[in-house]
Amino acid sequence: MSKHEKPDFSQWSCPLPLRDYPTIVIGHGGGGKLSGELIEHIFVPAFRNTTLEVMADSSVLHRPAGRLAFSTDSYVVQPLFFPGGSIGDLAVHGTVNDLSMSGATPLYLSAGFILEEGFPLAQLAAIVDRMGAAARAAGVQIVTGDTKVVEKGHGDGCYINTSGIGVIADDIHIDPTRARPGDVVLLSGTIGDHGMAIMSVREGLEFETIIESDSAALNGMVASLLKFAPHVHVLRDPTRGGLASSLNEIAAQSKVGILIEDRKLPVLPDVQSACELLGMDPVYVPNEGKLVAIVDPSVADAVLATLRAHEYGKNAAIIGTVTGQHIGMLAAKTVVGGTRIIPMQIGEQIPRIC
Amino acid sequence: MKYLDEFRDGETAQRLAREIRQTATRTWSIMEVCGGQTHSIVRNGLDQLLEGAVEMIHGPGCPVCVTPLELIDKALAIASQPGVIFCSFGDMLRVPGSDKDLFRIKAEGGDIRVVYSPLDALQIARQNSERQVVFFGIGFETTAPANAMAVHQAKQQGIANFSMLVSHVLVPPAIEAIMSSPTCRVQAFLAAGHVCSVMGYWQYYPLVERYRVPIVITGFEPLDLLEGIRRAVHLLEAGTPQVDNAYERAVCFEGNQPAQKLLSEVFEVADRKWRGIGEIPRSGWRLSDPYREFDAEQRFSVANITTKESPLCHSGEVLQGNLKPNECPGFGKECTPRHPLGATMVSTEGACAAYYNYGRFVAVESIH
Repeated sequence: MSKHEKPDFSQWSCPLPLRDYPTIVIGHGGGGKLSGELIEHIFVPAFRNTTLEVMADSSVLHRPAGRLAFSTDSYVVQPLFFPGGSIGDLAVHGTVNDLSMSGATPLYLSAGFILEEGFPLAQLAAIVDRMGAAARAAGVQIVTGDTKVVEKGHGDGCYINTSGIGVIADDIHIDPTRARPGDVVLLSGTIGDHGMAIMSVREGLEFETIIESDSAALNGMVASLLKFAPHVHVLRDPTRGGLASSLNEIAAQSKVGILIEDRKLPVLPDVQSACELLGMDPVYVPNEGKLVAIVDPSVADAVLATLRAHEYGKNAAIIGTVTGQHIGMLAAKTVVGGTRIIPMQIGEQIPRIC
Repeated sequence: MKYLDEFRDGETAQRLAREIRQTATRTWSIMEVCGGQTHSIVRNGLDQLLEGAVEMIHGPGCPVCVTPLELIDKALAIASQPGVIFCSFGDMLRVPGSDKDLFRIKAEGGDIRVVYSPLDALQIARQNSERQVVFFGIGFETTAPANAMAVHQAKQQGIANFSMLVSHVLVPPAIEAIMSSPTCRVQAFLAAGHVCSVMGYWQYYPLVERYRVPIVITGFEPLDLLEGIRRAVHLLEAGTPQVDNAYERAVCFEGNQPAQKLLSEVFEVADRKWRGIGEIPRSGWRLSDPYREFDAEQRFSVANITTKESPLCHSGEVLQGNLKPNECPGFGKECTPRHPLGATMVSTEGACAAYYNYGRFVAVESIH
């Protein structure tokens, strides 16, 4: 199924029919026969790999040379299926991307599910199917997992936690403390797509066009940037809190200032319109398939060309520079030639009254 | 993006700013009334382009900011009642009452929903006929027609479980109150374009007559604002105060008459308290007699609320233009968007939040 198609649950049939229940019941988390059926009929076929199929209490993994990267993230997005993705592929992409931002090659993921009693198995199967497809596309294996069931009313259908392990070559040193004055700030594409896609479906807002999430695994893109190491100083995927939070964090951790230009920020017209309508600023809207790269100026143009050659980097742009001024702060040149500071958000961005 | 990019062009902005600087023979004090305009001015750094020629004074036109504390406490009391679904625009959720905000009530189990239109709240009422659904109807003349429409439809369709907590305020009485103040420094006003698109601009002629101040109807994009300021400066230099419409693409003299007709049916003019400023006679709307049954203040017994404002907060002086946000002793110290002591720090349209968010607690020169 293409990730843009709406799932059709009526067409789903379990490859090996589940016994009696079309929905999750408490027993599916009980460790007995029902749990076993869930693993055998839904998880294993979707994630299929030799490590998982051993069905041991823990997975035993081979470790290539290098340092390990380890990351975890939980996914509670509503709705579970949205334009451009689902909680399933998001749970894979998110953790793959977190590992990639350290310059790691992601290898293995775990998947923990918290399901609410009454959740339709057809939806679970569709989610798991997409997780499997996303993992295969990203070249990672889901090697261990767990399922718990909570009583009706105690969950929101389906929550997923994924943790991931990746490996970093010994000569790669990419971390958020390494931005230096003079460095160039690049962005791999348009900002705000994911957040506005979710908002448009969650809040029942009807826009003229459908905004699609940018949810994507960026490990391939990062791999193509590693040839510029050690000139790639910082990588970050601007998810929650958007571009503004990522750049503020880097400015604080590297003890530098960052100056971007409003007019250079790539924003899709539909996303811009939706933000204008709701009084929101795309710099704070989450992304799930974009990265920020802070690089030595000597490689900036070559990094830009490499990003643009990648399927998820066609709209990549140089958006600013690192400076020794206004340490710890993110500032922007405004479109009319003024300057503004872009601070961290306090909570979630909320739409304005008028 | 069409209709926006044209009004954000950097070169035209520089040209307009240059003309304003060349025209001004002194520094003029101009007040933008509307919070949306404050936000745009500070976000784009327009005031920086005009330094020396124009000092922008930020007016009381942020509806979130001027909603009185008593009313917010009433909202909190109603929203806490079991069985109530309390609907509001998003930015009211973080406005502090005397001791908590709507976010806290939500976390404590209150059913609070962010809506984008009062008609959405009406829809929720239709779908939950066994529960009381209350909409927090605040704002200037801009948001009033949709609120009036919601109450009108509720009455027509007999949606008895819907009610509205109303705190509407009006721009012309606020301008009058500012001009009558003995400490007033305002020499010209930018009137809020969106308010005028509903109400027209005929009400401003008596104010210009009486107080001899130019009033320029102005839009919200950077070039709209610069054009409004340019016209105001020309009128000030010529010494010919007038009403001038610099937002012709959205505003006509009479305004939106069907909207005005509905407003005069559903609402009646009333005295209103403004947070930080105090009571201004005939400066707001409340539901008129035929619609009084939909007034949440009547439906829920929430009278006798005692409020306490932070003694550190000077938002009243900020709202009247007597104090710049960063001149307030609490600004950026005890009072931040994270721990706001007054509403001007909460709403993104509030002058204090705009100053804080766009970094006006550091000297702007140091970030070039």
